[in-house]
Parts: sequence; C-alpha cells; structure tokens
Amino acid sequence: MWLLGALPALWLAWQLWRAWNGEPHTLGREPVKGLEHATGDWTIRFLAATLAVTPLRQLTGWNWLARYRRILGLLAFGYACTHLTTYAVLDLELDLGEVAHEIVKRPYLVVGFTAWLLLLPLAVTSTTGWIRRLGGKRWDRLHAAVYAVVALGLVHFWWSQKKDKSDPLAWALVFAVLFAWRAWRAVVRRRDRGR
Amino acid sequence: ADAAQLEDQPASRDEVTKYDDATGYNNYYEFGTDKEDPKANAGSLRTRPWSVAVEGMVKRPATWAFDDLLKGLAPQERVYRHRCVEAWSMVIPWLGVPLADVLRKLEPLPSAKYVEFTTLFDPKQMPGQRSGVLPWPYVEALRMDEAMHPLTLLVTGMYGKTLPNQNGAPLRLVIPWKYGFKGAKSIVKIRLTDKQPSTTWNVAAPDEYGFYANVNPEVDHPRWSQAKERRVGEFGRRATLPFNGYAAQVASLYAGMDLRRNF
Repeated sequence: MWLLGALPALWLAWQLWRAWNGEPHTLGREPVKGLEHATGDWTIRFLAATLAVTPLRQLTGWNWLARYRRILGLLAFGYACTHLTTYAVLDLELDLGEVAHEIVKRPYLVVGFTAWLLLLPLAVTSTTGWIRRLGGKRWDRLHAAVYAVVALGLVHFWWSQKKDKSDPLAWALVFAVLFAWRAWRAVVRRRDRGR
Repeated sequence: ADAAQLEDQPASRDEVTKYDDATGYNNYYEFGTDKEDPKANAGSLRTRPWSVAVEGMVKRPATWAFDDLLKGLAPQERVYRHRCVEAWSMVIPWLGVPLADVLRKLEPLPSAKYVEFTTLFDPKQMPGQRSGVLPWPYVEALRMDEAMHPLTLLVTGMYGKTLPNQNGAPLRLVIPWKYGFKGAKSIVKIRLTDKQPSTTWNVAAPDEYGFYANVNPEVDHPRWSQAKERRVGEFGRRATLPFNGYAAQVASLYAGMDLRRNF
C-alpha cells in the first residue's frame, strides 16, 4: 500500500527532474504550477480515500479495509507536505520571509496552511502507541479534526480557483456524500438505541 | 514617433518564447478555462469572412469588412513582453498595425474619450461560451490616449504567420504595458464613447481586475504578489517591471493618478 501510494510522488518527482533538464514531461508549460496542482489533487484524493474506508466497510462488510485507513491518512498528509514544499521551495524559491508573508496575507493560503497544521497532530498520533496513550475515545475526538481539515482544504481549493469552480465543487460533493453517510448512520444508531 | 524606436527590442536575456508555448498555453475562456483548451477547441472558429462593426462617436458608423478596415496599413513586427495577470509571462513577436492608424481612419469625434472592443459571441463556434463562467460577450476598453499610443497594436499575426485562432484570430488587441486580459481577441465591434465602458473581468471580479490593469509590481492581486513573474520556459522567477518595462514610453499617460486605486 505504501509503495502504491508513493507511486504518484515518484512519478511526479521524475517528471520534475525531466522538466528541470528541459526534457518532455507531463507537468505542463508551467511545471511549478503543474506540480502544485498535482500534489494538491493527490492530497484531496487520499483524504477522500481515507474517509471512504469506514462507509465502504459498513456497506460491504469488508472489515479488512480498516487496516489501510492509517496509511491512506498518512499518504494524504505526505502529499499535503509535498504540496506545501513545492510552494515554498519551487514557487517562492525558499524566500522564507515571502512564504510567511504570503501565508498570513492571502486568505486561501491561511486556510490551506491551517488545514496542514491540523493534519500535523493527526499524523503524529496515528501510531498504535499514541492510540493506547490517548485512549480510544480521546483519540477519536482528536481525529474528528479531519472533518475540519477537509472543510478548510475545500475552501482553500475553492478560493484558489480563478473563475471555474467545477473541480472544487465536484470534490465538495464527494465529501458531502461521505459526511452525509456518517450523519445518517449516527441518526440511525441513536434511533435504534432509543428503541 | 518612430515605431522602431518605440518597439523596445527585448534585451538579450529576453529570449523569444517558443512558438509552441505561445500557441499552446492560452487564456481564452471562449474556448475553455484550461490553458490547453483554446488550442484544442479553437479550430471551430471561422475567421473569414470577418467584419468589424464601428459604432458610437465616429464620423460615419459602419460595418467594415476585415480587409477594408486594414487596407493601406502594412503590418509591422513588434517584439513585446507579454505579462499575464496570473504572474506568468512570454516574449512574443507580433504582427500588426498601430491601433492609432486604424482609429484615425475611423475619424472619432472629439467627444470620444474611450474605445470599447467586443469579442465575437457565437457559442456554436466558441464552445466555452456555453458555460456561464464569464458574462458574454467579452468586452475590453481603453482610454483614448492609451488607444492612440504608438505601442498599442491591432494584431493580425505572430511569429511571421497569420494569427492562430487560439491567440485571437483574426484580429486582437495587444497593449504591452497592461496585463494580458486587456487584449480583446477576435474583435467584432469597436465602439467609441465618452463614458468609461464596463469591462468583462472588472465586472466579474472588481477587486481583482481593475479597468486600467497596468502591469505594476507594487500592487498585488488579492491572491498573489505581482512583484515577480515566471517566464514560460524558465524555472526561476524574475522581477516584474513597472508598466512591464515600458514605463519610459507610457508612464506619462498616468501622471498624477493614484495607481493603487486605479489598478
């Protein structure tokens, strides 16, 4: 799974290397922009995959899926890191003053960076040791922050688009379905308990 | 003024952008919002016959056939820097005639203060117009003195060839000291007026795209800085120059204006 999840990153790194050397590549006429968009897309894909594990399990009864949830979440975090790194290193050329200035000044970067900051403790506490240390209930409560990460990530995506909002809109619908499933399950569970 | 002198040939580090990049990476929402869309979709545009309606404050409003409008005006080659509001740039050898020469032919009335340019509206030929991403048709405008400036070009070609459809064929505007979106493409109407016209991007997002849209490294776009730009084909960024490097020729047009407010 790790290897599979890392494949897009390896592919992108290879394309970047080719672009750098002036060879044909798939990152477009502005390779830095292309890489920013690609790493952002992979972040949102892995976030969606992470959040799809539980509904899929409940729908199909394939409980073995649960094993992959942590890896998928960590991959989302990994791509978020490469997304941020691409912006800081390749786009702003590691002018850290400018990076800080931009992240504080532009609303779409404020929310994007906040989403990344929120992912940080989730990635750190993803180990079995931390689950034990925090206890299931507290760990669950902390990791509910992923919903905030998704919301902020979608706002970041939405605000970053010039005029054509169809891509962020499509992802918002995907997450709406994933959230609605959970809300519906919660209602059903409460009703069953009430009986 | 001598056109060759005003041409401002790019310095040695300003290499002309590859033809393939200049014709394969375009913002032309009439053919789709991705930069590869115009090249893929603009084949459906028929550029002949073409006519341009001249309306408003001119001596004789009329519809001109493309060839009549440009008759007697020999296209000149001008190598201009092209700066997109999105912070990428190119260097393009355009073929065109000074807009001033065309306007003189149209005989504007002394009351005319602005020139408005309208792009073709025909969703059959321009599939992007089937989406409501912008209010159609696309409209851009210049103040009269900007329109009459010898750098302002009515373009019919690039790289020694006829203008490709995705670059605004058969007739487009190029104002090298302004962001690219000011350069109306596939022009079907020229209107002279005494009131500042509403322009498409300014109406769509007034806080992001001003009427003047002069290239200005000191006035940020709300979502990014305009201080630097990335030349298509290069990896690093370079500094953006005031008025895109044409300050010596055009800064006087804006003497006394607050360029932060009139961005």
